[in-house]
Amino acid sequence: MNAYGTGHLYGPARFEKAARVELAKPQLRENLRHATHTIRDRREEVVDEVPDWEQLRESGQAIKARVARQLPELLERFEAAAVEAGATVHWARDADEACRIVTGLVKDTGASEAVKIKSMTTQEINLNEALESAGIDAYETDLAELIVQLAEDKPSHILVPAIHYNREEIRDIFRQRMPGAADTLSDAPEELAEAARTHLRRRFLSARVAISGANFAVADTGTLVVVESEGNGRMCLTLPETLISVVGIDKLVPSFADLEVFLQLLPRSSTGERMNPYTSMWTGVTPGDGPQRTHIVLLDNGRSATLSDPVGRQALSCIRCSACLNVCPVYERAGGHAYGSVYPGPIGAIISPQLTGVGENASLPYASTLCGACNDVCPVKIDIADVLVHLRGRAVDAKRDTLSAERIAMRLLSWIMSDPRRYGRALRAARRGTAPLAALLGGRRTVRHLPWPLSAWTSSRDAPLPAAESFQEWWQRTRAEREQAQRGNPSKGETS
Amino acid sequence: MKTALFVTCVNDMVFPRTGIAVVNILERLGHQVEVPRQQTCCGQMHANTGYRDEAMPVIRHFVRTFQGYDAVVAPSGSCVAMVRTLYPRLVDSDPQLAAAVAELLPRTYELSEFLIDVLGVTDLGASFPHRVTYHPTCHGMRALRLGDRPLELLSHVRGLELVPLKGAEECCGFGGTFSVKNPAVSGAMLHDKCAAILDTGADYVLAADNSCLTHIGGGLRRRRAAPRTVHYAEVLAS
Repeated sequence: MNAYGTGHLYGPARFEKAARVELAKPQLRENLRHATHTIRDRREEVVDEVPDWEQLRESGQAIKARVARQLPELLERFEAAAVEAGATVHWARDADEACRIVTGLVKDTGASEAVKIKSMTTQEINLNEALESAGIDAYETDLAELIVQLAEDKPSHILVPAIHYNREEIRDIFRQRMPGAADTLSDAPEELAEAARTHLRRRFLSARVAISGANFAVADTGTLVVVESEGNGRMCLTLPETLISVVGIDKLVPSFADLEVFLQLLPRSSTGERMNPYTSMWTGVTPGDGPQRTHIVLLDNGRSATLSDPVGRQALSCIRCSACLNVCPVYERAGGHAYGSVYPGPIGAIISPQLTGVGENASLPYASTLCGACNDVCPVKIDIADVLVHLRGRAVDAKRDTLSAERIAMRLLSWIMSDPRRYGRALRAARRGTAPLAALLGGRRTVRHLPWPLSAWTSSRDAPLPAAESFQEWWQRTRAEREQAQRGNPSKGETS
Repeated sequence: MKTALFVTCVNDMVFPRTGIAVVNILERLGHQVEVPRQQTCCGQMHANTGYRDEAMPVIRHFVRTFQGYDAVVAPSGSCVAMVRTLYPRLVDSDPQLAAAVAELLPRTYELSEFLIDVLGVTDLGASFPHRVTYHPTCHGMRALRLGDRPLELLSHVRGLELVPLKGAEECCGFGGTFSVKNPAVSGAMLHDKCAAILDTGADYVLAADNSCLTHIGGGLRRRRAAPRTVHYAEVLAS
């Protein structure tokens, strides 16, 4: 049995290749720069005003570490409490099983459509596609998810799935693809929102089934929590008869009181708001109020495998705020689609390869300069840079038996660098090797073009040549001269 | 105090002037500095690229070379960060090596830490009458938390005009092997960093890492742009 996850967790191309395609879209880069910098600045402002922010981060980190330690017990406690409150709990090993369960549940109601609350987990398992092939129409009700769905695109950001579109592009998508949208629709935010509102209202009023994820699942009480901005989620959570929630097993918190920490950390880190407009909590079924049938699908999809790595498991602490995306210089240029997974950016680069097994996603841990900007903003203090390096190690270890040019070069360099005589000889050889080039360049010590594989460096920058005299050679020469001077003229040597 | 200079492999091979500058600074302050002949490299490239096994012999060699010194000073935020943040985890399966690393760590310093925190000097009597800007390299800023130490040292340099760099805290896109594994994204980041540098109108770009400066300088030269890249140690020694 494969312990790893399936679904929208990897793309067809390696990161560097996919990023190259995305980099060639100037409008995309402009949209991303504008959007990430706006949210980044807003986050900084509202985080700076919290005097105990660091303690909150430490609390969040500690609670999530405890969840990781006690996950089996907490899951059973959650199941018992949820069942006691009237919910039905299902367990899904991977994306396929989760999709089968949800599709079956919708079919059982006799409904042929369902409204959806923005949910990363359902995107992770490709639920919309599974429902569609079962003849069920799933309607995204979050504005950004709606845009992405209408455009038949994929989300490119955890919080703002349509971050890669600007207003004009959204207007065009609505005009062309949203039923009932006027041809005269402008790109004014109010008009766009109103058009979406009118479109969605019909869906809410007719839907009999809603599908959600959850931001948190409280083990003690069996309560699920959804945090949102628009209120569309609240509509889905209250109007339909049946509510199906797909919840990653990493979403647990032990007790209700723990929400105090996360409900402060999440909105400030995520949208840069002091508090999010809508926080919905529900526990099983309340007779006569809201959905009378509630199902919870607890999803593994590679999470247990992630938990088994003592360094990598901290990735499961993620509360999907996306602060790391908004400060990441690589994400800002490459965009979310380059990561090939529903989880992009720095956190995606450590979550996706762990969920799928690092061999399936080996380019992602390298999609970072290790600049560490993500570490500083993470509300639960995940050491993303450290996990990236760790996963690079796992990626290299996984291919230990194949001999690549890179591995040969690394072994050779390790052999050279662990012995000063070999190091000195290699340095002199490098200088001799580049001497004709240096002579050709005259006084210039940089090169514009180098052959493969060094062409990857000279593709966008000149390369330096080794110095005519290394530092250590200088040191030995000048110390020898100094000693000689001291021997020849002791008094002069001492005062120099 | 028995002080060793770890010049770093990049500086040794390509930027000897930076090492010479550190020697001059320390000798000017009346300190005897030693340059252990055995020194090579810290192993950062191997470790950061995932070649843990290949990094180990280099790490062992580094620890052997610098054991027994009261202080090890390096003109590189990145190499010191490697020692301070990555060594402990990489060596944890070897108790003997781990103990040696634990002993070495608190005595390994980036140049500005050594000057300010250990020697307590900020004014080195330097003079550099030029318009400069400073790029705080990521490992110095976030892994070592150098803060404004290099700027504090530069603020005492006669004639130096420091122009703030917009988006200074943003990575230049070097990232070691990232620069060749992801040349397109690296190049895009470099493009923006160069544009910000040119906006300052500075004649020199300073930083605490010649590896990042090689990347930035290579980008500036590719655009035939004027600003020259210099390690801040060379300015302090001027």
